[in-house]
Amino acid sequence: MTHVGYLIAGYGATFAVLASYAAWIVSKKRALARELPPEERDPRWP
Amino acid sequence: MRSDVTTRVLGTLSIAALALLAVMALVVTPADVNQLDAVRLIYIHVPLATVMYAAFGVTAVASVLYLLPRTRARKWDVLAGAAAEIGVVFTGLVLVTGSIWGRTTWGVWWTWDARLTTTAVLFVLFLGYLALRRVGGDPDAQARRNSIAALAAGIDLPIVHKSVEWWRTLHQKSSLLDEETFLHPHIHGSMYWTVMLGIGAFLLLFAWLLIHRYRLAKFEERIEDEDLERALAERRAEALTGSP
Amino acid sequence: MAGKDLRIELRSRVATNQVGPFALLVLILFAFALDPDRGVLGQAAAGLFWVAVLFCALLAIQRSFAVESTDGARDNLRLSGLDPAGIFLGKAAAVAAELAALEVILGTGVVVLYNRSLHGPVLLVVTCVLATIGLAAAGTLYGALAAGLRVRETLLPLLLLPVVAPVLLAATRASEAALGTGSGDGWAWVRLLGVFAVIYVAFGVVAFGPLLEESS
Repeated sequence: MTHVGYLIAGYGATFAVLASYAAWIVSKKRALARELPPEERDPRWP
Repeated sequence: MRSDVTTRVLGTLSIAALALLAVMALVVTPADVNQLDAVRLIYIHVPLATVMYAAFGVTAVASVLYLLPRTRARKWDVLAGAAAEIGVVFTGLVLVTGSIWGRTTWGVWWTWDARLTTTAVLFVLFLGYLALRRVGGDPDAQARRNSIAALAAGIDLPIVHKSVEWWRTLHQKSSLLDEETFLHPHIHGSMYWTVMLGIGAFLLLFAWLLIHRYRLAKFEERIEDEDLERALAERRAEALTGSP
Repeated sequence: MAGKDLRIELRSRVATNQVGPFALLVLILFAFALDPDRGVLGQAAAGLFWVAVLFCALLAIQRSFAVESTDGARDNLRLSGLDPAGIFLGKAAAVAAELAALEVILGTGVVVLYNRSLHGPVLLVVTCVLATIGLAAAGTLYGALAAGLRVRETLLPLLLLPVVAPVLLAATRASEAALGTGSGDGWAWVRLLGVFAVIYVAFGVVAFGPLLEESS
């Protein structure tokens, strides 16, 4: 397959960035949720 | 509970769809006659761009909803911010994948083609919006400011696009045709459906990201409110005990 | 409103003492930065002119709102019962007037320093008028957005410049056609400038009310 390096770069960057972004959101959310004891579970729409 | 199931389903679906996309994009579909395998970048570049527009669309609609007195509610401002942040992430990725793709076909990392240029302006526009959001202060004034800024940027977008398009058309008639054929390879059969699959998969991911980012933003807002209340309470207590 | 801003300006003479010289300085710096060979400068003249105008616009807008935030002047404005649309148009008009004056200075500077000649004066004038209106309107709107914030000096350029990118683009192309350095239909670009101006004046008029309502 041609252009393998570029494909790896493109696909790799995309999935790496999105995966880390998703992970960051979830971990930050868990960290903050711990600081708010009474209102833990948040319904999707308030 | 209900929402938890929704996001779980969304998450699983998007991962499954993305996996399928990877297989289709990298293995099943054929290479292009002109670009060879570099054309496979289209299966992420186009979906990323679609989500980018969807995200900023959400920001715009949410901003309008905030400004209209009948629907005014802080949740719209929170949603606008969450969507914009996701939008900026995707815009960055559009620029990167677009640049890589351009490198394979034109040998350069950047070209002032209409779409890349407009995307670059869009990127900076919303970076500015995110910077404005972080300024802090009275939440309602903030929300109003954010909404107006989002709309001011939004109405600018078609103007930017049109102007850059004219600019490139007038100045590079011949190479534009080259740009067009490379950026729009003939898509048929499995390639077309793979692009559609890509759009669907990334939209699912977008929905999942938006829900979670929105929740995170709500938590942040609540903590800010609490901090604010605590600070006010402290000051009130000081005022009571401090004055002779 | 416009009268008030302009009167303050005339009295303090900041525009003439600082912004004007700044504009000329920018022109000179460009000449240093680019090849002394006048050919390159000449070709870039239109673009450099408009970039210089943009920088001066930033200064003018910062001034326009700095004046307001001293001594609670903004609260007095709000309480005075002036129609927010009027305030917007007034401030924008004052900025536009300042910019117009600066453009005359810069334009003369460009013709003299960069050795350009004028082929389409009407086109140039119309371009300048429409571009200035658009810049003043968008600038006043964003100036208000950023006003009163501690980071406004860095935020205003970041917010405003991407938005007015099409003005820079269109005004430069139209000016190039007028100066004879560019090909293409200058008037088509003028139409774009017109659209931009109309949209941002309208948006500013509508959005200024809610903006001023800030409780801070």
